[in-house]
Amino acid sequence: MRGRDVICILDFKRSELERLFRIASTRFEGDELRGKVVALAFFEPSTRTRLSFETAVLRLGGGYIGFSSAEGTSIQKGESFSDTIRMLDAYADAIVVRHRIEGAAKLAAELAEAPVINAGDGSKRHPTQAMIDLYTVWREKGSVDGLTYGVLGDLRYGRAARSFILSLTLFNPKRVYLIAPKGLEPKQELLERLKLDYELTDLSVLPELDVLYVTRIQKERFPDPAEYERVKGSYKVDLKLLEDAKGGLMILHPLPRVDEIDPEVDRTEHAFYFKQAANGVPVRMALLQEVIG
Amino acid sequence: MNEKKLIVSKIANGTVIDHIPAGKALKVLKILGITGEEGYRVALVMNVASDRLGRKDIVKVEDRFLSKEEVDRIALIAPTATINIIRDYKVVEKREVELPDVIEGIVKCINPNCVTNQPREHVKPRFKVLSKKPVKLECHYCGEVMGEGEIAP
Ligand SMILES: [Zn+2]
Repeated sequence: MRGRDVICILDFKRSELERLFRIASTRFEGDELRGKVVALAFFEPSTRTRLSFETAVLRLGGGYIGFSSAEGTSIQKGESFSDTIRMLDAYADAIVVRHRIEGAAKLAAELAEAPVINAGDGSKRHPTQAMIDLYTVWREKGSVDGLTYGVLGDLRYGRAARSFILSLTLFNPKRVYLIAPKGLEPKQELLERLKLDYELTDLSVLPELDVLYVTRIQKERFPDPAEYERVKGSYKVDLKLLEDAKGGLMILHPLPRVDEIDPEVDRTEHAFYFKQAANGVPVRMALLQEVIG
Repeated sequence: MNEKKLIVSKIANGTVIDHIPAGKALKVLKILGITGEEGYRVALVMNVASDRLGRKDIVKVEDRFLSKEEVDRIALIAPTATINIIRDYKVVEKREVELPDVIEGIVKCINPNCVTNQPREHVKPRFKVLSKKPVKLECHYCGEVMGEGEIAP
């Protein structure tokens, strides 16, 4: 994967992801990035993704430059995204980009000679999150294949859910249930890409699930605030719901959560979302090591 | 009057765009930027019988030849069209329009949040042609997929 851009999870083959998972499962520190500089260009704020990239760089002995929002940078003075990327390309060995505009990472990859890693652009792509999600399942269950998945929440505007659903097409899940409140169902265009056994349904399928992937409703991506108010709080994973769950059910969530998972669930054997968040570091270490190490 | 006669007289030099899906002839003229004020002699035939299409439109333009970009744009809205180049009353070249595998610059992405729709970035839209009949395009940048009704060349 040396020198390669990471734009969309579907740019990867299953074998490449599994290689990444094997590296991630043994990586806690190293010096593969010694003398290397990674640019963290967060045009849109993010806590978890940015901090885990920073940690991954530091744990591999590298350094980073960058910004954590467009505010206070020359972008605010009217500099184009393209010019900012060209500048970072001159300074860094790799560029990690997060932007609210869709296709920004792809454009950056065309402009920059250094490899570009998409840390989320708009409401569509978030490949490193999908890698972490898959890795968490792979690590705990031994395989991504053969399991029954439920993906719950905003399947229309949520890029993490979208990337996760698409990433499952690289594997052989037994079944994928898509569970969305009215108005937040996945777009037809996404469904047409799903070459797997899927069904649009509701939470009544819970007893069948091996993995339940929960996402938050993305307030910031709602065109209409009244619509947000209407669907907000329309689903909640709590102890009562989990009475019907299988013993080994894993609950994942890309975080941050608002109120879609009751904090009481955190104490159950089903809660894997903090482990999933922790996996952000080794997976991103493995990726950085593969791309520029 | 039979339909043969309706299909007006032959042109000396120019282009005949035949087998346009019925009702699309005006769109073809629009793509060519022909409003009538340019002075070209134009014949427009709409909704006539066609063995191949049932009904079809035909556009004839005298002394006007098409660029590759114009042919690509016609292919987007009239994938069945055939283009006949006429010189001295004879068809010297006949070809079907065909969408290339990648089209650049002639269509806008329907996703308003796409980087190609940000004026400050000056990015030329580019699409992968996923399917030619019916036309289906995928934005090279944001991945949005557009079907026939959503494409405005
Ligand atoms: Zn686009």
